Parts: sequence; C-alpha cells; structure tokens
Amino acid sequence: MGRSGTPPAMIEAVDVAKSFTLRRRAGRGPRRVRTTLSAVDGVSFTVGRGEFVGYLGPNGAGKSTTIKMLTGILTPSSGTLRVCGMDPSRERTALARRIGVVFGQRTTLWWDLPLRDSLTLIRRLYRVEASAHRRRLAELTALLELEPFLDTPVRQLSLGQRMRGDLAAALLHGPELLVLDEPTIGLDVVSKATVRGFLERLNAERGTTILLTTHDLGDIERLCRRVLIVDHGRLAFDGDLARLRQAVAADRMLVVELARPGPPVELDGIEVVRTEGPRQWLRLPRAANAAAVVAGLAERYEISDIALREADIEEVLAGLYRGDHAYTPTPP
Amino acid sequence: MGVFPWVTWFAFRRHTAYPLGSAAEALTNTVFGFIRASVLIGLWRARPHLGGYDQADAVTFCFLTQALIGPVQIFGGMELTQRIRSGDVAIDLYRPAGLQGWWLADDLGRAAGSLALRGGPPMVAGALVFPFHWPGPGGLAAFAAALALGVLVSFGLRYLMALAVFWLHDDRGLNAVALVMSLFFSGMIVPLVAFPGTLGTVARALPWAAQIQVPADVFLGKHSGAGLAGALAFQAMWAAALIGAGHLLTRAARRRLVIHGG
Repeated sequence: MGRSGTPPAMIEAVDVAKSFTLRRRAGRGPRRVRTTLSAVDGVSFTVGRGEFVGYLGPNGAGKSTTIKMLTGILTPSSGTLRVCGMDPSRERTALARRIGVVFGQRTTLWWDLPLRDSLTLIRRLYRVEASAHRRRLAELTALLELEPFLDTPVRQLSLGQRMRGDLAAALLHGPELLVLDEPTIGLDVVSKATVRGFLERLNAERGTTILLTTHDLGDIERLCRRVLIVDHGRLAFDGDLARLRQAVAADRMLVVELARPGPPVELDGIEVVRTEGPRQWLRLPRAANAAAVVAGLAERYEISDIALREADIEEVLAGLYRGDHAYTPTPP
Repeated sequence: MGVFPWVTWFAFRRHTAYPLGSAAEALTNTVFGFIRASVLIGLWRARPHLGGYDQADAVTFCFLTQALIGPVQIFGGMELTQRIRSGDVAIDLYRPAGLQGWWLADDLGRAAGSLALRGGPPMVAGALVFPFHWPGPGGLAAFAAALALGVLVSFGLRYLMALAVFWLHDDRGLNAVALVMSLFFSGMIVPLVAFPGTLGTVARALPWAAQIQVPADVFLGKHSGAGLAGALAFQAMWAAALIGAGHLLTRAARRRLVIHGG
C-alpha cells in the first residue's frame, strides 16, 4: 500500500484489533462466564522508513499488545498488519531477522553467562557472518561503551549496563526496524542519556527506523519527532509534539515575580495556582491573550520579572489520558 | 550448523557455572542414597531375588538412580514455567527459532551439566561401601543411549507441564500430582520390578518408567539382544509421543496466547 513514488512503509497497520477471551467465575460455584477484553480496538497508522516514532499511552492502553502483534508474537483478531512488507504472525521467523526488539523489563541475555557469550549466541541465532559480527560488535561496543563489562556475567551488571547489552543484542544482526518497549525504565539519568544519545545516532546516521514506547517524557521530548497516542485501545493522536500541545489546547503558565510578596494577584479569567514568596504561578487559558494579561498585570502590580511557559508534555499527556481536554484524532 | 547445538553448549556451561551448589546437591543425593540403600537392603534380605534383582542389583539401582535425579530432573520443573508466568516467554516466542526446539536444546545441556557434576559422587560412594554391579563397555554404551532417551522422555513430560501454565493460573495442584506420579512410577521409591501383578505391568508401561527404571535395568544388564532393543524402543516411543504432543500443544499455545504481565 506504499504511496506511489515512496518506498514501502516500514509499518502499516489498518484497523488492527486484538481482543482476548477471559473466563471468569460467575458468582459462587463452578460456572464460568466468558468475557471479551478488547486490548487494541481498530488502530491504523503508517510508519515510514527512517522515522523515529513514540508510541505512547497510559498503562493498559494496548501499547505492549501492539508491539507483540508487530513482532509476530500475537496474531491480530482483525485488521491487517505489515511490517517490512511482511505479515508478522505468518512470517515471524523471517521478520525477526529484519527487526530488533528490546523489551525494557525483560532481558534476552543469559543471566549466568558473560555478556560476550550471549552476544555470541545471538550471532548464531541470527546466522550473522563472522566478519560482519566482528565489525558490528566493535561498533556497538564503542557506541554503547560495553568494553568494561563484556566479560562480566549478566547477573552482575547494573540495570543500565544490562540495557546497553540488550540494545547491542537487538542490533547485532543489523535490523532495519528497532522496536523498543520502555527501554529507559528504571535507568539513572546518566544511563538514560547514554541510551538516548545512542538511539538518536542510530536513527540519524544509520537510518534505522525506531518505534519507541515509553512513559519517560524526556525520551519523548528528546527523541520522538512524531508521537502516536493510544488510549483504551484506540489511536487518540498522531502528529508532532507542537501539534499535540495545540490539539489538546493545553493551558499555559505565566510565572510572575512581584517586587514584594503579597496576596494572590486578581485579574479576570486568570487563576493563581501557586504562590511562593514574591513568585506566583498563573494559569493562562489557551484562548487568553498573553500580551493583554501581562499588560493588565503591569498596570496593577509592580513586577520585577515575568516568564511564559508552554504546558510541559507531562501536563499535556496527563490531561489527555484523564480526558480533560477535548481533542480530535488528527490524520497523519 | 543451526543455533541449537550452541544453545545446548551454553546451557551446559550455565548449569556448570556454580560447582559449589552442584557439590551440595551431589552430597544430598549421596546421603539419601545411603538411607534408601538401607531400606532396600532390608527389603531384599526379607525377599531375596525380588523382581529378579539380587542385593547388589538393588543397591546399584539405588545409587544409580540417585545419580540420575539431576539429569532426568525427576522432581520436575523447568525454567520455562517461570518464564510463562512472568511473561518473559515473550522473548522466547519472538526469537527466530522454535520454542520447543530451543528448550529441548537447553534441557539437553542442562542434563549433561547435571550428569557431569552430580552423577559421579553417589555412584563412587555407593561402590566404595557396598558390593556393586558395573556394566561392561557394551552395557555402558547401551546405558548411555537409554539415559539419553530417558532425558528426552523427561523433557517431553516437563515441557507439557510447563506449557499447561498458558492455560492454568495456578499449576501447584498439577505439580503435586505430577511429582507423586514421577517418584512412584519411575521407580525412585521402590524399583518397578518389585511392583506386583497388574500394578507392575501398568507401571512399567507408563512414560515415567522410561526415565529411571529402564536406564537402570540397562545399566544392570537385565536386557540383552532383542530385549534391549525393545527397552530402547519403548523409551523412544514415549519420547516421540510426548515430544509430538508438545509440538501440537506449542501450536495451540501460540494461537490462544495471553502474555502475562504486559
């Protein structure tokens, strides 16, 4: 379904749905009733070659289920899904050789053996040529700074080291698409920075397409040029971050520093959400004219400093997940 | 060469990575060997030539089967079970390799590692204290084949049990039943040759017999010629049936899959 003149998309999802049948006890006694749980409910999107896409949503929104369908572990209940031009569940083995996957909360490495051994096994699993393996391993070792712990058993690695090892394991066979399920979960700021810097380079220099699920807002702001947001199994948003802020009409924040501490300022349509000494935080509705508000404040109060802050992505997402904001799904 | 021999090799290394732990297990197996041996000696004093075994056969059987506890993992269990419960099986299912083949290769490495570190001590200790029955080179070769088939049968049974966790929320009941069946019908408690009448006939036809009783009988030289071929064929039949069933169940599991834990 690639548009004419453009290379075929890396991922094409059309009305993809996945539901699970659960059996639950109906009251007392052995009788059980079947209930259907819809984890993903008709999701459509396309990811082109070389894109870096964030796949976001609250817990239980259907992100992991989508990733399991993309990698062929789960079969969609309906809809069509193509990854690298293949049907993931039917051509799982062939597809696995062309994509890399990191499940942040799980590891593909062998716990009791040195990292190097797991990487050797991965080479055999993906049948990578010895020379290509040596080259990629050297490259990944340098980029991910693996050298100091290549010969350490995985169980002795810190979480950050293990995650770098898992990233190397996912990339040793040179995949075109990298799917990451919460790769920075639990990492400290330094490890996060290393992982993010690495992913950025991988995408920019190698052109590897990356699909990332995360709850880490730093990941999103730093890495994702485009975000897809799922909620209750449906696609709620598809676009870049600026458009996301606009789409959800998030309020801005005006931070005012008065000449001296005083009671909360009073101005029509403005709500003071916090005061701290002479500093006050004012919520500015999206429709309000910031210049007029600032002028109005300056007329009535003596102001020593002022700053206008866009809603940060955390507030935008929280509002979106809670359903505070009206939004309309935007076409890609 | 495919990846499976490598999986076996790395599993062997993994299961020999903690020699002190293995030494402790070997010591436990040896101590229990002496306890079991004294019970069996009492039984064979009361009933000499019970089931065609003499006292040396019974004692050899006892220490040999203690040595096989690890390799055939007679107490059951498989790492795969935990991985299904935790959802880590997603990693196994995603790999470009078959789930059953991967875990079979892993289990063969585990069994070899266990035999290497836990097999020797009970045998040596038993042989130093009691009259013992050692096979010749031909018998040893036949025993190696019987042991390998016993490990395959053991894998076949434990793999089915592990996959059951895809359907069951709690497998403790199943494990308890399996453990009793495994200990009783493998010959670990009393050699199956001592089981009377129909019970003995049935016990000797079940797959658990293929894990312990048959390899032990081969070690003791109780089979020869066509009898030996028949014993190995009996094991091979159960191994094929169980692994075949595991193959079908793997396909069913993939279809109905619910991965636990997101």
